[in-house]
Amino acid sequence: MSLATQPRALPPTLRAMADARTEPAAVRVLIIGLAVTFLTVFIFLPLLVVFSGALARGIGVYLAALAEPEAQSAIRLTVLVAAISVGINLVFGVIAAWAIAKFEFHGKTLLITLIDLPFSVSPVISGLIFVLLFGAQGVLGPWLMGHDVQIIFAVPGIALATTFVTFPFVARELIPLMQEQGTQEEEAALSLGASGLRTFFRVTLPNIKWGVLYGVLLCNARAMGEFGAVSVVSGHIRGETNTMPLLVEILYNEYQFVASFAVASLLALLALVTLVLKTALEGHLQGSRDHDH
Amino acid sequence: MTGGQLEQRNVLPGFGLTMGLTLTWLSIIVLIPLAALFLKTSELSLTEFFGIIGSRRTLSALKLSFGLALAAAVINFIMGMIVVWALVRYDFPLRRLFDAIVDLPFALPTAVAGVALTALFAEKGWLGAPLAAIGIKVAFTPLGIFVAMIFIGIPFVVRTVEPVLADLEIEIEEAAVSLGATRWHVITKVIVPSLMPAMLTGFALAFARAVGEYGSVIFIAGNLPNVSEIAPLLIVIRLSEFRYADAAAIAVVMLVVSFLIIFAINRIQRWSLTRAMSR
Repeated sequence: MSLATQPRALPPTLRAMADARTEPAAVRVLIIGLAVTFLTVFIFLPLLVVFSGALARGIGVYLAALAEPEAQSAIRLTVLVAAISVGINLVFGVIAAWAIAKFEFHGKTLLITLIDLPFSVSPVISGLIFVLLFGAQGVLGPWLMGHDVQIIFAVPGIALATTFVTFPFVARELIPLMQEQGTQEEEAALSLGASGLRTFFRVTLPNIKWGVLYGVLLCNARAMGEFGAVSVVSGHIRGETNTMPLLVEILYNEYQFVASFAVASLLALLALVTLVLKTALEGHLQGSRDHDH
Repeated sequence: MTGGQLEQRNVLPGFGLTMGLTLTWLSIIVLIPLAALFLKTSELSLTEFFGIIGSRRTLSALKLSFGLALAAAVINFIMGMIVVWALVRYDFPLRRLFDAIVDLPFALPTAVAGVALTALFAEKGWLGAPLAAIGIKVAFTPLGIFVAMIFIGIPFVVRTVEPVLADLEIEIEEAAVSLGATRWHVITKVIVPSLMPAMLTGFALAFARAVGEYGSVIFIAGNLPNVSEIAPLLIVIRLSEFRYADAAAIAVVMLVVSFLIIFAINRIQRWSLTRAMSR
């Protein structure tokens, strides 16, 4: 018995119930229309503009723009910086998650809040703090200059600022996952005589591998795309301290729109690939959550 | 660790080592650099501090950043609810694609978003041209900042509310109806109260993000002092003028407000948790 063909045949209470569980068709169409328009204007069109701008003068010009030495050095620096910060945050994230998720202690909530702190700091401020610490007028500036160590306006500063900005990604993914999984499997392995490290690599790591990949994926996307923090510490030395997002800005301000959008399109592709992998990983992650239950 | 509190002793190894490494690393990367900011600001006398914060240019920048971020969060609150409702409760063509694409502002580098939105809303852009025809200028005005802040905040409300609405049991709604409630009553008295903590959390997260946003805003903003210059940009300008203390003072004000927002979010979540448990 379908509602559409025989509405009158329904008893009044059932009809009221069907009416009250969803909205009238006109309201449904309005809500879907608003949602689709909003997402199209604010998300699809900006994405389309990037690729259309990059290919505005043909694929040849596009590829030539990416082959420029400046673009090449920006790509290399971006990959290097991302590798450093993702590596550091991966090791930290696993270590911190072990301490926080597998043990009980006072101040756990405070510690998690402190690890999450970089997420609530403006990117510009994330760069500023390292300038205040290591810059020429900074707290450690004079000492560093005396020892001929350059951090600000050089690669170490860019890597530090990027590591700060992406600090929470791996840890915040692993802590809840490892808390849900508990300690029983590790205890069993230990009681069977496995060493601590062996237990970690043979029992814990296989259980959290999807969570690790998920954290690394998001961490990498942010590390490669970070703009504000890196912009403050980079010094914009051409061919030396420009990452891809910084090069997008420089080319754009020089009215080299095709070149700017060409570099931007690589970053947009990275974002799209990240979203696809993220969706794929979420399925696996649900699997590791249900594990043990 | 106090052994008396724990009935079962934890037999896992490595607590001391991993906790030590965690605290050391956290201090080096996060806590000490943040402390440098407050150290630098403490070099200023109170009069100097309020002189910087109270100057017309700084006040305009702070008002612009906070005011527009609040307005953008309100739009994201309303549109986010509409998007969530459409994604969770209805089916329509390409629904899964629209659902996946909501996260794009998280994944897309802010500089890319900035140049893309500027190109889109510039006077000759796909949307800028028709808007200019009816007399609305978006790019290089405060309205452009507003647009960029909406873009950057889209995922927050959607992603915090979506799982809560999806988990909401339809039986509760049916029970309300069988007790004589109309659809309007079900939405306002049953559904909205259940979603409220998630909605407020998403709102606060979108607001906090928009306040500090830099990359996606500066391209489209116009960056005119006192008119369309956001606070993070003013920090960058002060730094480039080597007025470090000025930059630090503005940063401290922004940081303190962000921390208050985070504190408020935690309170909302704790409040909703205790409320849910008392039911």
